[in-house]
Amino acid sequence: MDPKQKALLEHFQARIDAEEKIEPKDWMPDEYRKTLIRQISQHAHSEIVGMLPEGNWIGRAPSLRRKVALLAKVQDEAGHGLYLYGAAETLGADREDLIDELHQGKAKYSSIFNYPTLSWADIGAIGWLVDGAAIMNQVMLTRTSYGPYARAMVRICKEESFHQRQGYEILLALCRGTEAQKNMAQDALNRWWWPSLMMFGPSDKDSSHTEQSMKWKIKRKTNDELRQQFVDVTVPQADFLGITVPDPGLKWNEETGHYDFGEINWDEFWQVVKGNGPCNEQRMKARIKAHEEGAWVREAAMAYAEKRRKRKEREEAVRVA
Amino acid sequence: MTQQQAHFEYLLRLGDNALILGHRLSEWCGHGPVLEQDIAMTNISLDQVGQARSILAHAGAVEGKGRNEDNLAYLRDVWAYRNVLLVEQPNEDFAFTMVRQFLFDAFNFYLHEELKSSKDDQLRAIAEKSLKEIAYHLRFSSEWVIRLGDGTEESHRKMQHALNSLWTYTGELTTPDEVDKRMQEAGIGADLGRIQSLYDEKVAAILQEATLEQPPVKYMQSGGKNGKMHTEYLGYILAEMQFVQRAYPGMEW
Repeated sequence: MDPKQKALLEHFQARIDAEEKIEPKDWMPDEYRKTLIRQISQHAHSEIVGMLPEGNWIGRAPSLRRKVALLAKVQDEAGHGLYLYGAAETLGADREDLIDELHQGKAKYSSIFNYPTLSWADIGAIGWLVDGAAIMNQVMLTRTSYGPYARAMVRICKEESFHQRQGYEILLALCRGTEAQKNMAQDALNRWWWPSLMMFGPSDKDSSHTEQSMKWKIKRKTNDELRQQFVDVTVPQADFLGITVPDPGLKWNEETGHYDFGEINWDEFWQVVKGNGPCNEQRMKARIKAHEEGAWVREAAMAYAEKRRKRKEREEAVRVA
Repeated sequence: MTQQQAHFEYLLRLGDNALILGHRLSEWCGHGPVLEQDIAMTNISLDQVGQARSILAHAGAVEGKGRNEDNLAYLRDVWAYRNVLLVEQPNEDFAFTMVRQFLFDAFNFYLHEELKSSKDDQLRAIAEKSLKEIAYHLRFSSEWVIRLGDGTEESHRKMQHALNSLWTYTGELTTPDEVDKRMQEAGIGADLGRIQSLYDEKVAAILQEATLEQPPVKYMQSGGKNGKMHTEYLGYILAEMQFVQRAYPGMEW
């Protein structure tokens, strides 16, 4: 490494170590930039693809109050997608390119959204578990080293914790309702529990990105630490609802002060990551369809803007003359 | 029909228009042509379902049979719905959706301008609040009609096609029937005659700017607001919307 490059790197690491935020115009290693673009765009794509499983129940929400709340929630996810694409653009990425990468299968999004929403209780379970797991990760990211990402996260976290309470409240209404409703809630927990634990990613020993990301303080806790934190917080909430976490290996460990839990089905995890989850194909199909069918709208909007600009110029020319 | 029944019917029309169009727009959520428009359409949908809640709750109170907003939304069948035919038409594509929205918003805007002076205090209060939202909806849909009408050849063709298809549902908006007349006389409802001329003027102006041609009047369909004959689409909207309430009757959600 040439001495100048080395000095830059050392200075950069010193700023990170001193908890300074890195801003868009600051020097940063290419690898830092790439890692962030990858992570932020994955996060943005997850927000957008995540609109699909929940949007699936807007038309069937069981009361008008729930319908409005769900609409607002899914709209929030779209807003999060917008801020995050914006944050990625501060690193020199282009939103259109990032979306193309998603559609071509080159960019990933959170695997959790490749699971289906089959009942109204799933909307509660997503809010409670999926948003709950996301919050664990995102609270950590409010302290991430890249300034625009950290600031986007502060705003997103506030909304996500509202969503989580809303989801829990949906399940609480079901669990305080009839037998049929409680069964619906239990079925949702049975299906969403393990995929929610998988949201934290591979076990630390198998995680390829963790070490460097920790050093650069992009990540500040490991996958396994976050997962444990999630289990510890969530199990008592399930107890309060009166439904059972589908893990025979789950038990409180006095010694560690944490819950022990069973082994995640890593084969399923990798299969879903590779595209073989229950809804991978449908999710991508829906996103590509929306994008392709919207192409004429985007073109027309640009053509119209161009026409207007020219008309204005002509008017201006006439006025000046 | 008693005065109370006419009042109830009138409110159902307002509430059902908002609910059904809000439902239709919500079908776009997550599938919009651009993220920003996805958000904007969901906003309008949120406003409309919100308006539907206030109006239907009020309708239930006027009816006096103990029905709340959800009873009215989830437990009536097609023939008891009172929305105009225009709002139940399918989304088809973004052109249909924007033309439908504009043709309705222009009417809805002048309607709510009138309802701001309704003698029904509750309706007046709701109309005042809704009018701000509806003014934004009208601005949004007018802008898109202009942008797409005067955009590319393709967008122009799609918009003209949508306009030609939907035009037949516009007559019902401003043609008064007995319920409209009685509510106007009572000072509760709007004067549709006045709205008609404002509506025609607004629509003509926007279509002109959009370089779109106003379709010739062939025949105007009706049967939505009096519930005599909806289109086949409404049944499917209700089948979806009411599924949970019908499958699990009498439960709290």
